[in-house]
Amino acid sequence: MTVPLAVTTPGAPGGLAAQLLIIFLAAALTDNILLTRFLGMCSFLAISRQMKTSLGLGVAVAFVTTVTAAINYLVHRYITAPLGVEFLDLIVFIVVIAAFVQILEMAVERFSPALYFALGIFLPLITVNCAILGVSLFMLNKQGYGLWQALVYGAGNGVGWLLAILLMAGIRQKLKEDKIPAGLRGAPITLIISGIIALGFIGFSGMVKF
Amino acid sequence: MTTFLIAVGTLCAICVGLSLVLVVADRYLSDYGRCRITINGGSRSLDVRGGQSLLNALGGEKIFIPSACGGRGTCGLCKLRVRSGGGPVLPTEDPHLTADERRDGVRLSCQVKVRNDLDIEIPEHLFSVREFAASVETMEDLTYDTKRVRLALVAPPEIAFVPGQYIQLQCPAYGDNPEPVYRAYSLSSDPADPRHAEMLIRLVPKGICTTWVFTRLKPGTPVTFNGPYGDFRLHDGTGEMIFIAGGSGMAPFCSILAAMRQAGNPRPTRYFFGAKAVRDLFLLDEMKRFESDLPDFRFIPALSAPDPTDLWNGERGLITDVVGRHYPDCRDKQAYLCGSPGMIDACINVLSGRGMPPENIFYDKFA
Repeated sequence: MTVPLAVTTPGAPGGLAAQLLIIFLAAALTDNILLTRFLGMCSFLAISRQMKTSLGLGVAVAFVTTVTAAINYLVHRYITAPLGVEFLDLIVFIVVIAAFVQILEMAVERFSPALYFALGIFLPLITVNCAILGVSLFMLNKQGYGLWQALVYGAGNGVGWLLAILLMAGIRQKLKEDKIPAGLRGAPITLIISGIIALGFIGFSGMVKF
Repeated sequence: MTTFLIAVGTLCAICVGLSLVLVVADRYLSDYGRCRITINGGSRSLDVRGGQSLLNALGGEKIFIPSACGGRGTCGLCKLRVRSGGGPVLPTEDPHLTADERRDGVRLSCQVKVRNDLDIEIPEHLFSVREFAASVETMEDLTYDTKRVRLALVAPPEIAFVPGQYIQLQCPAYGDNPEPVYRAYSLSSDPADPRHAEMLIRLVPKGICTTWVFTRLKPGTPVTFNGPYGDFRLHDGTGEMIFIAGGSGMAPFCSILAAMRQAGNPRPTRYFFGAKAVRDLFLLDEMKRFESDLPDFRFIPALSAPDPTDLWNGERGLITDVVGRHYPDCRDKQAYLCGSPGMIDACINVLSGRGMPPENIFYDKFA
């Protein structure tokens, strides 16, 4: 069996590179997983207070999303789909993501202690980030994706999540909490701000059509 | 039906496959080779396998660091100074460290992983900590919920300790308890009899270790413990000493009083024992004997909630109130407290309110 690295969709403009670029931009901007689907909210709300930690978590999420999307694509295409047990995708994806994060944690700890301590508790937190599972599941609904498309789709979503948490951290650092009514401090005001950012992101949908 | 079997088979195969990948990854990725641990500026050095926690690495070399939670990072007892090689402080250690300790490089040894060579400091007295094999000699009911357990040492055959110190008893895996845990108990034995170790153990409802002691332990049962630990002990001085402890908090004082009798210590000493009712009192005869053997010792039990049927002519009320009534002025006295954190904090309040300087108050908190 050969892996179809890319399946060109009929009607899509340009060659493979253009198609991948569009998938990436669409995933990162118009279909931003955090701002349009509100997935991965718990860590988004909890960690977005500071730019440094947001960057750490965001990069980790982006990396894991990219790689697990590709792995899960292969698992779906060569294990669950041929055996006719696609209904197992959900649970298998969870297990794959958990195992991948475990291995990644061990590898980072072994080879880059500095990065390990910088990411610290974020890596285990990623295991239960629903955005990552969401990306793998949404990928299955996309017609005609090959391995490259899956990889780029994962990367786009991951970068979109990173972008969203960085935007929020930038805003929250400037926010003077004492001027906000007590009941709205913390998570409530963050949710309101993410709603406004999400409205802004609708502007991208006119830019990329896919 | 076939779909069902395929589904179950697929899922199992994937899980087993991933587990194997994880096992292999752990084998190769978590292999840190041999690491050298330098202790106290080179006075000792160890060559250990990397990848394990510092606490376990030291335990494997028979250096026992006190730890009550078994390495979960919850008790905060296994603190050590790590001079180099420990990496940054982890979020799990943060709540247990003060600002001073963080500056001095103090870490929880159960959370520090040995990844490279380490340079650490261990208090000298911990080197005298040993692991002891013993067997239960007698078990005596003192009250309905407190037992005196006397262990006969097997190997090593003798224990040297300072009265007031404690040991950690190992409670093996049993019933619903999947792994051995350690619990701290003060020694109540006479230091002149180093071949035995004695403890007072009060049943904690649903407590893992005390339930094991009360249901499984019988004369002849082999047990393991390590120790001695702790710096609760008698301090020099000439003024009156006030001991305060209820329940199994009496243990260190049994040992301290025995040593005082041995030395003919003439210091005026009063022991306030707080209990609810007559049925909570114990070892009264032994305390009587101490009163007659020591030049100036009195045992003062006080009941806070005596039963209507109790014939009681002694002190009544909370132990803090009783102590307060006895001592309007505590300026030139020393206090030794043993018990729960709440009881100790309440006593410190009363004593310092009556002028006792904080450096004259010594305590052993049962956490």
